[in-house]
Amino acid sequence: MLTFIVAGCTLSPQPCGALWWSDERLLVVSDLHLEKGSSFASRGQMLPPYDTRATLGRIARLMDRLKPRTVVSLGDSFHDRRARVRMAEDDVALVRRLTGQCDWIWIEGNHDPAPPDDLGGRMADKLVFGPLTFRHEPTPGPVSGEVAGHLHPCARVVGRTGTVRARCFAMDETRIVMPAYGALTGGLNVLDAAFGSLFPDGLLVGALGRDDVYAAAMQQLAPDAVSAAG
Amino acid sequence: MADDQRSLESLPQPFAGWFAGRGWTLRPHQQALLRAAKEGKGGLVIAPTGGGKTLAGFLPSLIDLAARSPRRTPALHTLYISPLKALATDVARNLDTPVAEMELPISIDVRTGDTSPSRRQRQRAKPPDILLTTPEQLALLIASEHAQVFFQDVRAVIIDEVHAIAASKRGDLLALCLATLRRWAPAARHVGLSATVRDPVALARWLGPDTPIIRHAGGAEAHIDVLDSEMRIPWAGHTGRHNIPEVYEQIRQARMALVFVNTRSQAEMTFQELWRVNEDGLPIALHHGSLDVDQRRKVEAAMAAGSLKAVVCTSTLDLGIDWGDVDLVVQMGAPKGSARLVQRIGRSNHRMDEPSRALLAPSNRFEVLECRAAVDAVAAGELDGPGPRRGAIDVLAQHIMARACGEGFDALDLYEEVRIAAPYENLDWETWERVVDFVASGGYALKTYDRFHRIVRFPDGVWRARNDDVRRQHRMNVGAIVEDPMVTVRLASYVGSRAPGEMKKMLRAGRKLGEMEEYFFQTLTPGDTFLFGGEVLRFEGMVETDVLATRTHDTNPAIPSYNGGKFPLTTFLAERVRGIVHDRDNWKDLPDQVREWFEVQELNSVIPDTNQLLVETFPRGPRFFMVCYPFEGRLAHQTLGMLLTRRLERAGMKPMGFVASEYALSVWALEDLRDVDMNQLFHQDMLGDDLDAWLEESALMKRTFRHCALISGLIERRFPGKEKTGRQVTFSTDLVYDVLRSHEPDHILLQAARQDAADGLLDIRRLGDALARFKGHIVHSRLDRISPFAVPVMLEIGKEPVFSGDAAEAVLREAEEDLVRDAMRID
Repeated sequence: MLTFIVAGCTLSPQPCGALWWSDERLLVVSDLHLEKGSSFASRGQMLPPYDTRATLGRIARLMDRLKPRTVVSLGDSFHDRRARVRMAEDDVALVRRLTGQCDWIWIEGNHDPAPPDDLGGRMADKLVFGPLTFRHEPTPGPVSGEVAGHLHPCARVVGRTGTVRARCFAMDETRIVMPAYGALTGGLNVLDAAFGSLFPDGLLVGALGRDDVYAAAMQQLAPDAVSAAG
Repeated sequence: MADDQRSLESLPQPFAGWFAGRGWTLRPHQQALLRAAKEGKGGLVIAPTGGGKTLAGFLPSLIDLAARSPRRTPALHTLYISPLKALATDVARNLDTPVAEMELPISIDVRTGDTSPSRRQRQRAKPPDILLTTPEQLALLIASEHAQVFFQDVRAVIIDEVHAIAASKRGDLLALCLATLRRWAPAARHVGLSATVRDPVALARWLGPDTPIIRHAGGAEAHIDVLDSEMRIPWAGHTGRHNIPEVYEQIRQARMALVFVNTRSQAEMTFQELWRVNEDGLPIALHHGSLDVDQRRKVEAAMAAGSLKAVVCTSTLDLGIDWGDVDLVVQMGAPKGSARLVQRIGRSNHRMDEPSRALLAPSNRFEVLECRAAVDAVAAGELDGPGPRRGAIDVLAQHIMARACGEGFDALDLYEEVRIAAPYENLDWETWERVVDFVASGGYALKTYDRFHRIVRFPDGVWRARNDDVRRQHRMNVGAIVEDPMVTVRLASYVGSRAPGEMKKMLRAGRKLGEMEEYFFQTLTPGDTFLFGGEVLRFEGMVETDVLATRTHDTNPAIPSYNGGKFPLTTFLAERVRGIVHDRDNWKDLPDQVREWFEVQELNSVIPDTNQLLVETFPRGPRFFMVCYPFEGRLAHQTLGMLLTRRLERAGMKPMGFVASEYALSVWALEDLRDVDMNQLFHQDMLGDDLDAWLEESALMKRTFRHCALISGLIERRFPGKEKTGRQVTFSTDLVYDVLRSHEPDHILLQAARQDAADGLLDIRRLGDALARFKGHIVHSRLDRISPFAVPVMLEIGKEPVFSGDAAEAVLREAEEDLVRDAMRID
């Protein structure tokens, strides 16, 4: 199991894309983009209506296993401002159950500047917890201990027998950029310029496999020909 | 001769005079089709290239139109559909000659993707007598307003090169459109024009119920040779570089040669290599689908004018058009099937009485066998080719949307109409309802999208598109071809001077050179050189979907990796190849090097019988290998590789990966495989227990699903005004697939993808047949080192780009190990 040490804190990345800070029993998930499917459906593209329950189901299983005291949803938890209206009743019930089990914090994101207020949990623009600051968009320039999301990092890892593209954590000893957790969220290659300015001395990748999170260094990565944001 | 003279008596004037004036007689198939037309019947005309098929198809229409009052209301009389827009344009030009010379009052027009909007509008307002178009344009017309009125007076529908389109998703779409036309224009005769095919009855049924078959036999036999290279024949690879000097010599002696290759990258390479040895400065040109249209048109015009000596081309020149005086066809690399070979050979000598001359140039040792097998098959008059297919569900969804966008439809009526189309004749009502539901709102068990319905059932019982946005979206998504994501290649230049070491910022994009598959550029880093349009270019970088490249004098470009065969080896040729390998009597006809290769194989390992599967196991480096030789094509081997890996995993053999070629499969593991019970390992029950589990995770399945999602309209190909890159689509459909699979595994689109996988992409049926055949006939050869047969597939290791599931996990784990090893090294 891979471990990150950022600003002196020991953090465990999970293969599903969550980050676990066991000393504080704090669980972080980022960019859930709930109701992305129905957002497309309302514009005529009938994506499956199951992304919300797929995403919440994974969080629920993780919470059952880890029993966190605090859960931080790092912004863009909802795909758009009308997401709450489109949510199915049992999905609403599931969110309420989860937010009732712990201290749940909705960090504001650019897609959801004001997360719905009837689902439990509390709102914050950022959260400072010990040496770590949790916020949606990474702060440009040097930081000391930041956990952010927003960029949906992905990596193409070039191995000995092939190349694998996977969502990933991007990190150095001062900050972590979290992978998008949502079931229908794509990714941006970590070799994109957007990451270069955040990690001027290079970054280490924790690529999400099926069974584990795998470390890879910059020199083991390849760019996408066209960056796959979205 | 007297009969021929009499044949013209059946023609009215001015036709009889025009034929006589040209010294022509009416050919039997032309007569047969005229007779059928008199009874209001169509037919499937099967004739070799140069047999006057096209004229046969149009003649009844021309006669009918010539006899009509010139003051009639304009109405579409004859609809001609070609799989290639260039062919539609070319046929229109050829029709102009008789129409002009006989001064017939007939209007002819072409409608393709290149036709201007104003001209399209004119065609709608005042239809021509004869319209030449493509399947996609027909689908668009059917989806438009007042489509039924536009088509109702049609008397003839002519489908050209029908053999090249029927057995594909594009063929499914056309079959559905033709079924619609049968309803809207019941008086129309449907005529198909085809090259010789394996199963004419099935093709006639595809055209429509009770379609008579009209054959035109004849045509001189072809002289086909396999190049017996003096040079060393490579073990693997597809460059064919060793053949170039001999191919060049053949071109020099020919009047005009067509040099066919199987992929665009092979075309580039062959062209480059030919020019390298072109000491006589022969005019040799290049033609493939990536090149800019203007560039291609120039080459075609030069061919027609006879000013070229040779053209290196891909399947872009497979069909139809008569490009001039070709007297030699060269096939670089294996032809992959006898029907394709016959089609390509037919490109030479469009005069039927002269024999065609063809040369096959195998690019590696196994291809020598394949070329032999193809020549034998052609000599025996045996053709391969796909059989009838089950209509694709995604295409049906697209057609339903088309009908809702146009006139609207009654669900029961349309169900009956759809089943007129051969691929859908067995469609059951339940599936039909589910597809309609899918088109309406995604077809999900969870009914949360009711307010987003795309098509709505009106109180009169007719389903119609909800609004114009839906119609616009549909128009953007018409067609059953999904291209690989393409990027534009532009010639760029540096602006201003640059000090050494300074960032090269001032790069200016210039002329468009053409388009190329995006995946190729994922393997390049700025500074790498590559071949394009016959030039060596330096890759500078990408700006959105443009590749910027500069000219360079580098003569040693990176060769694009050969990404699998576009065409798999047909079952039929595979059988012949196995026969050649097994039967020692055949060896004497093989080149010395190949024979020697066989002899050493026999000495060091085993030569299998035709019905046997040879499995070899041997250690190499830190790993243990198992190589088997089913000769069933890359796709079937890939599927087999996945299944065997799972089984070996369970048996504790720690398999690490596999690689599949057209002929063989190699699996490697950390444990010694020499004691594995091969009869058990290859037991066909693997198709039962392991296939579904594996399919769920396979990258091929995800790609299949992506195609279904695009064709069915679940995912848009592009937003109006905002082009999505293919890469983005690839990624998000994988996620859609995962979500759907875990929450609604029986969803209609997953079923569609599974059907496609079983029928075609993964060749599961073929693999099943092979495993059944090999049962009890497995020869396990335990070796201490690699065998001669194993060399080609072993050389392919590391070139495979697709990974998922266990294999992906292994790649990531190894990468991490490498990182750790690097970090722990003490220098």
